[in-house]
Amino acid sequence: MDILLVLGLPLLGAALLALLGARRFAPELNAGISLATLIAASFLVLHVIRHGPILAGNEQFFVDPFNVFLVALTAFVGFTTALFSRPYMRIEEHHGRVNPQRLRLYHSMYQLFMFAMLLALLTNNMGLLWVAMEAATLSTVLLVSLYRTRASLEAAWKYFILCGVGIAQALFGTILLYFAAEQALGREGMTALLWTHLNAVKGQLEPRVLGLAFVFLLVGYGTKVGLAPLHNWLPDAHAEGPTPVSAVLSGLLLNVALYAVIRCKVLVEGSIGHLLPGRMLMTFGLLSAVLGAFFIWRQRDIKRLFGYSSIEHMGIITFAFGLGGPVANFAALLHMTVHSLTKSSIFFTAGHASQTAGTQQMEGIRGMVGISPTIGWGLMLGSLAILGTPPFGVFASEFLILTTAMREHPWTTPFLLIALAVAFAGIFSRVQPMVFGESDAPPLPHSPALLPVFVHLAIVLILGIYMPAALAEWYRAAARLIG
Amino acid sequence: MHTSILIAQVLKVLAAGLLLISFAMLSARRTQQLITLFAWQGAMLFVSTCLVAYSSGLTEMYYSAALTLLLKVITLPWILNRLIRRLRAQWDTEQLVKVPTTMLAGLVLVIFAFGLAQPISLMATTITGHTLGIALAVILLAFLMMITRRKAVTQVIGFLAMENGLFLAATSATYGMPMVIELGIALDLLVGVFILGIFFFQIREQFDSLDLRHLESLKED
Repeated sequence: MDILLVLGLPLLGAALLALLGARRFAPELNAGISLATLIAASFLVLHVIRHGPILAGNEQFFVDPFNVFLVALTAFVGFTTALFSRPYMRIEEHHGRVNPQRLRLYHSMYQLFMFAMLLALLTNNMGLLWVAMEAATLSTVLLVSLYRTRASLEAAWKYFILCGVGIAQALFGTILLYFAAEQALGREGMTALLWTHLNAVKGQLEPRVLGLAFVFLLVGYGTKVGLAPLHNWLPDAHAEGPTPVSAVLSGLLLNVALYAVIRCKVLVEGSIGHLLPGRMLMTFGLLSAVLGAFFIWRQRDIKRLFGYSSIEHMGIITFAFGLGGPVANFAALLHMTVHSLTKSSIFFTAGHASQTAGTQQMEGIRGMVGISPTIGWGLMLGSLAILGTPPFGVFASEFLILTTAMREHPWTTPFLLIALAVAFAGIFSRVQPMVFGESDAPPLPHSPALLPVFVHLAIVLILGIYMPAALAEWYRAAARLIG
Repeated sequence: MHTSILIAQVLKVLAAGLLLISFAMLSARRTQQLITLFAWQGAMLFVSTCLVAYSSGLTEMYYSAALTLLLKVITLPWILNRLIRRLRAQWDTEQLVKVPTTMLAGLVLVIFAFGLAQPISLMATTITGHTLGIALAVILLAFLMMITRRKAVTQVIGFLAMENGLFLAATSATYGMPMVIELGIALDLLVGVFILGIFFFQIREQFDSLDLRHLESLKED
């Protein structure tokens, strides 16, 4: 029932906003639907905490501690982003970058995107997971090109083709998975692709087939995670789309894609019986972290800068999942949470900062504290948080990942440290003049909704100082599931 | 017994035909020609799915064959043809560079695909198990086409051809994916082509051309 609501509300919202999305009250309606989804998701979370994992809808849906925490995070960031987008898109309309028709598309697709991500998280069926991931790409392609500028069209095209090709590889991986499942489970139609069934018989799945399937699944879903060297679409799509879209792409979609990879990893590891999948994740993760960090130095556009920072952080998370074991998995889950919250709040402030300055080029953005203290300090605090400054939560998770890496694979620590240091220097040196310094830009025509920024940062701060026992237990349960 | 051997033979011929069309696509210059080839590929898939359905006696397979006919032979080519007519791009030709090199690369890919699929084909119990290598080759050749071509429409046809290869993989290794999944994939594909249709107009409006050379300004600097 709860699952039905969590999925039904955004789908209904998409249909409703397709009709009413051009009206004056559409942004409020969008936020209202997101709030309703968040409430439904909270009930689902409570249910899972009280009664344990749920299998529902003819076993097609499956909720365990691993995905329910991502469902809660997705619904929460979805809601706060909708709040942020209310004044933000009004200002864009004021600046003449969008018209009511495009806002209708924007609002409808926003809800459809939420639906696709929640479906990907909740489904038990590996095939449906693929369909939902593809739907999530499709619903955001037109959002990336919303401004219809040359650069945004190019970014959207790149996004579509690269992710399309990537996700085609994932489909091939899914077909191989199904092939292996059929051999083990017999031809049972729909049940052969159910994750719970596969997980139960993962020891009997043919290792050679699963090994090959994992390569395709990792490359396919890894493209959407933004893992190097398949990351080319990510900075462009983040920079050229509207800021709320950058926030949900970075904060949510990357997580959902990584979730798909980890679900596959659990199956493959159980079948192959050795550490190959983990090693592959570690390699891809380390490469992304280092490449992302170095590319940060070459950026001039504020949203591209933080796009590359997302690549770096997804790399670190992937690396941590590759390490495996209770501590590293715990840290990876924590890092997923704090990265999602911090990065979306950074995009909120970066979006308003570039609206105020009239450009996304960093040399044009100066002295934000003077114009609007909330935007300026929000950007500064967010950047400090994402760079892993204590006492923010990012520090806690990165510290755990580093110490585990040091103990189990000491050779990886220099790479991680270099990535973190390079990213720190790169981002801090750019953000500092943007926040402080002199500027004479006029204030914004609509007052920005920056409450979400400070709520996100406060949660990240609290997670860094004191982790509630219930939450820690929840992460531990999820980490155990991943193995 | 004789019929099943005959069917297996026909299926192999059809799979070989699919591979041949993939090579033809690599060297086809006119957009219209590409769409026709794509439709033929769909038709061959339809026939081979029907045959597999007949020999295995699975009714589900007939549905997925019907879906193939409807989507890949009728709807998608129709949409694409309409699209290029409205964009006045049906007589567009592409300057192909180094066709022999592309063909050679294609051959290497086919060998690679066969090598990769060999151990899995041996495990397959389906009548078409041995065509898995061909399916993988079709996927890789479509990928090669997307890399070497510069026109937006061509890249999309490459993308769709890749999906044909995936479909062939699904039928050859496993008698097709569950129906719900196939419907979902078909829906995604259809929506994808619609979105691309919208996209073509936006790209043309902005750049006065569907040549993707214009779409290369977002570079690292």
